[in-house]
Amino acid sequence: MAMTPTITAAPPPPRRTAFAEGLDRLRAAATTEPGRLRVIGALLALLVLAFGSVAAWQTTDRAAAADDVLHKSQPLSSAAADIYRSLADANTAASSGFLSGGQESAGTRERYERDIDTAAAGLVTAAESSDPGSPAAASITRLNTLLPEYKGLVERARTYNRQGFPVGGAYLRYANQKMQQEMLPAAEDLYQKENQRLEDDYADATPYPWAAIALGVLALAALAWAQHRTYRRTNRVLNHGLVAATAATGIVLLWLVVGHGVARAGLDDSYDHGVRSLNVLHDARVASLKARGNENLTLVARGAETVKVTADGEERTVDRYDHDFTADMAVLAKGLDRAADLADDRAGRQPVTAAEGNMTEWRKRHTAARDQDDNGNYQQALALVIGAKGSTGECFDSVDDHLDQALAHEQRQFLRAAGDGRDAMTGLPAGAAVLAVLAAAGAVVGIGRRLSEYR
Amino acid sequence: MAVACVLALAFVLLLPRAGAHGDGPGRDGGGSGRGSAAADEHCTAPEQQTLAPSGADGPTISAIKARRGEKRKLVVGVDQNSYRWGYRNPNNARAELEGFDIDLVHRIAQDILGDPDAVQFKAIPTNQRVPAIQEGRVDMVVRTMTITCSRLDEVAFSAPYFRTGQQVLAPRSSAITGYDASLAHQKVCSAAGSTANSRLTEDRGTGRLPASTDISLTVPNQLDCLVRLQLGEADAVVTDGALAASQAAQDPTVTLKGAPFTTEYYGVAMKKDADDLVRRVNQILVQYRASGWQASYDTWLSATLGTDAAASRPPAPTYRRTS
Repeated sequence: MAMTPTITAAPPPPRRTAFAEGLDRLRAAATTEPGRLRVIGALLALLVLAFGSVAAWQTTDRAAAADDVLHKSQPLSSAAADIYRSLADANTAASSGFLSGGQESAGTRERYERDIDTAAAGLVTAAESSDPGSPAAASITRLNTLLPEYKGLVERARTYNRQGFPVGGAYLRYANQKMQQEMLPAAEDLYQKENQRLEDDYADATPYPWAAIALGVLALAALAWAQHRTYRRTNRVLNHGLVAATAATGIVLLWLVVGHGVARAGLDDSYDHGVRSLNVLHDARVASLKARGNENLTLVARGAETVKVTADGEERTVDRYDHDFTADMAVLAKGLDRAADLADDRAGRQPVTAAEGNMTEWRKRHTAARDQDDNGNYQQALALVIGAKGSTGECFDSVDDHLDQALAHEQRQFLRAAGDGRDAMTGLPAGAAVLAVLAAAGAVVGIGRRLSEYR
Repeated sequence: MAVACVLALAFVLLLPRAGAHGDGPGRDGGGSGRGSAAADEHCTAPEQQTLAPSGADGPTISAIKARRGEKRKLVVGVDQNSYRWGYRNPNNARAELEGFDIDLVHRIAQDILGDPDAVQFKAIPTNQRVPAIQEGRVDMVVRTMTITCSRLDEVAFSAPYFRTGQQVLAPRSSAITGYDASLAHQKVCSAAGSTANSRLTEDRGTGRLPASTDISLTVPNQLDCLVRLQLGEADAVVTDGALAASQAAQDPTVTLKGAPFTTEYYGVAMKKDADDLVRRVNQILVQYRASGWQASYDTWLSATLGTDAAASRPPAPTYRRTS
């Protein structure tokens, strides 16, 4: 009949599902005590194993995310901040070099070269860890294209400068335009994307493993019920196997709650006292760099660009770069204020306070330099901005150095707290798995002891 | 006596008002088009629309002289990007601006304030020259500024101090031959707010320039055009011949193509009502043409424009403006 498919018999009765069959068999077995014990033993072992594997799975995920925070996303966020900083710093160094004339100082040139190297190296690091086709990869590609273009423009500016041709200044303006309008926005974009990734990793590492905890509680309750049942039927208080299973399950649950709790506390701490401070300090550093760049450009442009502002209901025309400088300094002041609030120890607060002092002096000297320039004393103004002694350049360098110290301190704090957090989960996945297997074995052995009494 | 006083007061009060009334049609928003058309009708030789020289101080010069201490300076809008006209030589340790325009500024400061260095230089982009004067940010602009009829509606000019004309600058190897059909399908760069830019827009409209010529690339300063040209972002530059020569002097691979296609004059621009300053500058220019002009030309321009200054020397001034 099977060989003649053209002839179809009436459809056979629907096949019963394995589940229904199993259920029937279970029902049949449950009518006798040994059968019931077998079912209970199997269910206990299953429950404990389920708890162990969910606990292992959830903690593996969280430990991996914590590891990413520590070794991947935070370093990448820092690297992106570094790229931004070194690009802005390179641009500032280039404009300082222009201000100081055809023979720029070795210090300025080295600073520029170092910044370009840092940015290039940072881009390689960022590229290695970005997924192809991701938005971060697009920003990186863009920056990789623009960086040599920018460098080419600055080199041409230098060459012409050395020959005494003003077209060098025109190249520098073009390079500056490229930096301000294309490169820095792309770098900022990258920084924000890496920061988002860091936030995502934190979000993956810190939530409580609720599923594992619930299964653990359920397993413990089932073990307790099984022991209570045994006690009622046999009057024997202790069943070694079930006690061992309960102990092992209890240990896993405790380890899970405490270990993850400690890890979570460490990670939260690393975010509150590390990442938040780092972000605020990075922003402050960028503001100080922008302010310095604009201060230089005020003297490069010599009033070539103006903006209209309305103050006290009166419209005034002011220098664009000086106007931007004032805005950048306000951002810097606010950032330093916040950084001082966030700093939680003396070692963290000290460099921030020092930077605040540098900033106050910077503003004072800047006002003096502007007064000189507004009175037409260009050279005196120049000396007050890029001179070796008593210039705003000194103040900027001090602000930058102190912010660097503060950043290093917060980075150390972050590493310690996040490291502690991640370490708290060490061994948890493997431990949970092994103990769960032991607990399941205990449950099976314990029930097996009872079963053997029926043979 | 009292009657005389009243009469004098009435005279003083009436004068400025009459002046304002006279300017009315030209300044009102609605009438500006008509105003410039009217100006064009009368305006055939803009370089002659200036006041006769005089050394007398008036309100503008008195206000400049009244500046005290550090502020006792002539505020002058200049360029710092025009090679040999107004630029900062990076190899000049004192970081001072130098060039043909700057020499003239020092001469004017010497005459008005008695000190050639009593100057505050303000670098201004091409399209800010007129606003800077109108808003009083500068006393005057000495910045290769062409005297044109439309600008005469907005500012006052001195007598001309230099003669030039618009010219095309392009790479030596380029097929462009001058201001003609060879500019078809080419990208031409000019400074925003420059004479060259208005001329390009006008000529493309009238068909003197091929419609396919791309004139959309404008930059803050004519020198930025050389950057674009070198980077291959533009095919040609149109600017004053004097400035085009400055650009060519900085890059031996570019050259002037064709003869100047206009005749233009540079003048010192001042506020429209600064009559005393205009007369004073014209007085200074009379002396400067006699002694100083040639020396400055020899120092700065003979290398780029040729040793013979005849083509650049301004014509003998005519003072047609009476009020």
